[in-house]
Amino acid sequence: MTERPHLAVVGAGPAGLAAALAAAARGVRVTLVDAAGQAGGQFYRQPAAALGARRPKALHHQWRTWERLRDGLDRQRSAGRIEHLTDHHVWCVERLTGDGTFGVHALRGPAQEEGVTVRADAVLLATGGYERVLPFPGWTLPGVVTAGGAQAMLKGGLVLPGRTAVVAGTGPLLLPVAAGLAAAGARVAALVESAGPAALLRRAPALAGQPGKLAEGAGYATRLLRHGVRTLARHTVVAAHGTERLTAVTVAALDGAGRVRPGASRRVRCDTLAVGHGMLPHTDLAETLGCTLSGTAVRVDAEQRTDVPGVWAAGEATGVGGAGLALAEGHIAGRSAAARLRGTAPDPRGWAAAARSRTRLREFAAALDAVYAPPPGWAERVPDDTVVCRCEEVTAGEVRGAVDRLGAADLRTVKLLSRAGMGWCQGRMCAPGVAGLTGCPLTAGRRPFARPVPLGVLAALPESD
Amino acid sequence: MTKRLTCDVVVVGAGMVGAACALYAARAGLDVRVVDRGPVAGGTTGAGEGNLLVSDKEPGPELELALLSARLWTGLAEELGPAIEYEPKGGLVVASTPGALAALRDFAAAQRTAGVTAQPVEADRLRDLEPHLAPGMAGGVRYPQDAQVMPALAAAQLLRASGAVLHTGRTVTGVLRTARGAVRGVRTDRGDLHAPAVVNAAGTWGGDLAALAGARLPVLPRRGFVLVTEPLPRRVRHKVYAADYVADVASDSAALRTSPVVEGTAAGPVLIGATRERVGFDRSLSLPAVRALAAGAIGLFPFLERVRALRTYAGFRPYLPDHLPAIGPDPRVPGLFHACGHEGAGIGLAPGTGRLIARTLAGEAPELDLTPFRPERFDTEKGGTP
Ligand SMILES: Cc1cc2nc3c(=O)[nH]c(=O)nc-3n(C[C@H](O)[C@H](O)[C@H](O)COP(=O)(O)OP(=O)(O)OC[C@H]3O[C@@H](n4cnc5c(N)ncnc54)[C@H](O)[C@@H]3O)c2cc1C
Ligand SMILES: Cc1cc2nc3c(=O)[nH]c(=O)nc-3n(C[C@H](O)[C@H](O)[C@H](O)COP(=O)(O)OP(=O)(O)OC[C@H]3O[C@@H](n4cnc5c(N)ncnc54)[C@H](O)[C@@H]3O)c2cc1C
Repeated sequence: MTERPHLAVVGAGPAGLAAALAAAARGVRVTLVDAAGQAGGQFYRQPAAALGARRPKALHHQWRTWERLRDGLDRQRSAGRIEHLTDHHVWCVERLTGDGTFGVHALRGPAQEEGVTVRADAVLLATGGYERVLPFPGWTLPGVVTAGGAQAMLKGGLVLPGRTAVVAGTGPLLLPVAAGLAAAGARVAALVESAGPAALLRRAPALAGQPGKLAEGAGYATRLLRHGVRTLARHTVVAAHGTERLTAVTVAALDGAGRVRPGASRRVRCDTLAVGHGMLPHTDLAETLGCTLSGTAVRVDAEQRTDVPGVWAAGEATGVGGAGLALAEGHIAGRSAAARLRGTAPDPRGWAAAARSRTRLREFAAALDAVYAPPPGWAERVPDDTVVCRCEEVTAGEVRGAVDRLGAADLRTVKLLSRAGMGWCQGRMCAPGVAGLTGCPLTAGRRPFARPVPLGVLAALPESD
Repeated sequence: MTKRLTCDVVVVGAGMVGAACALYAARAGLDVRVVDRGPVAGGTTGAGEGNLLVSDKEPGPELELALLSARLWTGLAEELGPAIEYEPKGGLVVASTPGALAALRDFAAAQRTAGVTAQPVEADRLRDLEPHLAPGMAGGVRYPQDAQVMPALAAAQLLRASGAVLHTGRTVTGVLRTARGAVRGVRTDRGDLHAPAVVNAAGTWGGDLAALAGARLPVLPRRGFVLVTEPLPRRVRHKVYAADYVADVASDSAALRTSPVVEGTAAGPVLIGATRERVGFDRSLSLPAVRALAAGAIGLFPFLERVRALRTYAGFRPYLPDHLPAIGPDPRVPGLFHACGHEGAGIGLAPGTGRLIARTLAGEAPELDLTPFRPERFDTEKGGTP
């Protein structure tokens, strides 16, 4: 067959697509593996073709960029330089001890029951991130969805999640979600953001370097205005109400220190609450490969290499910063991997423009991160009877008891002593909440299986690797 | 000139064994403090399983300790049962071939003479006990004394019940000794604790702790992986494992040996474990190890083929060259007591160990002869204490 070196890219979002295109254009055979049915990732999530989307453009920014990536992918696929494996859920990437190549183990089929392994000379992890949602009374009611979940429903299925929505939490993602819901015909009763407008101003220097981003924000704001959406800055949702499903939320005003101002709360009727508190990187695959993390993100060098030979990472997996940053990092990673796989040292001058925007966008992301931190007092406001871990139905009181009464001091022992994080999602959902409630540092949980794997698939792995 | 004492005993290690030592020492009237560099159950106790087995032990000192412990577990269960998820579910050891069955029956006969209840089960009765067991097994033996706890909860609850002062996040960096060499406490990264007795319950790191007191104790790590499935309605009733497990425990081979114990838990997931490898402290995922666990479990319960594993984790069993723990006073360092090296049975053997340690701390005669567990037993073969 072919003599060209083979790169496996996990994740077909902006980062993975940019990486795959950059590498394929430089003589590398690429297999792009993604869990979704179509390319695009979180940002360019595609309405399923069959639904005959009316005006997907109205829901998308940077539509041009997306078209360029999509056309590039089509070209490289027809040329046989990229193979795109859709609906492939990677549960583990293994570095083979013999020759230092890799086995990318995935599940496919309607029920994800069939095991497949892709062999490659190098891997590039572009697995993106997932949403952080912090618990509050009522957050498990039907009708409460994550902000990203609401967005995905809009972009992917074009199903309107409810008629009257509140969008709440913190972070820049709330704006496009509120705008998207409004544009799709929902009444958005309020956008509730815990950060204050003054905090944004204090970050002016870093933000000022971002005309494009600010314009994007301003565009959303204008659209919200046009749809009559009320924005409540320095407010928070303290409780969701309803018996069978959501009927209302209580919104409270926060003081300058992020504490609830006594007496300053009101009830807002709604049947949908889209809530999010920012994003966290997906690092399971990287961790199992032995890549060092910094904080909760995969650590990379200037070429986007991890500290495990043959493993690159790009996009949200290496730190949260938006689609533009993911594109820049993916491009650099793809070029670096291509050069290294051909046995040459890459010339960073070739990607100088991408490197500049990477620097700029990372500064911007750091500035946003400081602005959009969850309000300091949130954890104390969670009553003991609020369920924190949905999978195992563990309450805030039980989680606190693991520390106060039983001697836990990190997330792992809190899990062992309370079962919070032991269920189906393996703590992806509740770990940030548990960390906040207990004061334990939020560390990336060790999850050797990025997806639940049928035992039959494990048993059928090749005997000697 | 003696410093004021902090307490009567410092237990180093807040794992299962340290917790049991603290409990029984406190109940013997001693003022106890427990120190751990991490949280409670942050060592091997939080990285293993909670089988309390007599079934896998041949007659000898370890079995005697297991039987003593099994009795003590029954008592603890009356006090703490649900809080430690104690389940007296019994074990079922199966053999797939007539040869393996003959070996298993001989093994069981010897165990019976040592006080183990071991009931032969004919091939056609196996499915009465385990309806989902693979067909075609040659037969088995049922062990009603086998039971189960959730190890991390058991350690935490025993510590709580002991009333001992617990210092987590505090590392022992030295063992304080008098001019004559006797123990007078421990040095930690956050101050000294003064006591005339120190219990080494540092598990896999027990050799390092002994070295701080100038004593040699060759504790080594033996890695094990466990697979955990999605929660299921109870379909596996006993602790079920294949008969080659018994040969494996005593094996001296460094290669991977697997014969998984399959069991349902109170919370729903099925646990499959564990592998045994000597690879030092390497925590990285071994797909061959989990492959072997999965294959072994499906061999026993074919329905598991389509069940999903949610996670896998590894721990490092503390073992000594002769596969027996070190329990009792160290004659080389007066005031130092060892309670470590329990390999793959430290949860099960913890109460017995704690009781023996408490007796010796209080100057009373222990229930069992401690000679086989002497901590200095490895000196003679290697020519004396370093
Ligand atoms: C609600 C919402 C609104 C947003 N709005 C904006 C905005 O207005 N402007 C902006 O710049 N950014 C926005 N973002 C952020 C933007 O979507 C991300 O920054 C960007 O998508 C990150 O790209 P990525 O390639 O790193 O990851 P992703 O786009 O998340 O792609 C990761 C891909 O990896 C795949 N994957 C992950 N794990 C596996 C696995 N184990 N096996 C197989 N495949 C796997 C996923 O299926 C996915 O396709 C928004 C995000 C959200 C959630
Ligand atoms: C995969 C696997 C499965 C197992 N299954 C079973 C089973 O089914 N049944 C069973 O009975 N056993 C089982 N075991 C074995 C059992 O887990 C161990 O024997 C037992 O946990 C040992 O307990 P311990 O208290 O001696 O050690 P640990 O739990 O390791 O506790 C030692 C403690 O000492 C602390 N420490 C060490 N050095 C210092 C220092 N210098 N200063 C302060 N603190 C220190 C450590 O932080 C640690 O918390 C299994 C083990 C593994 C790995």
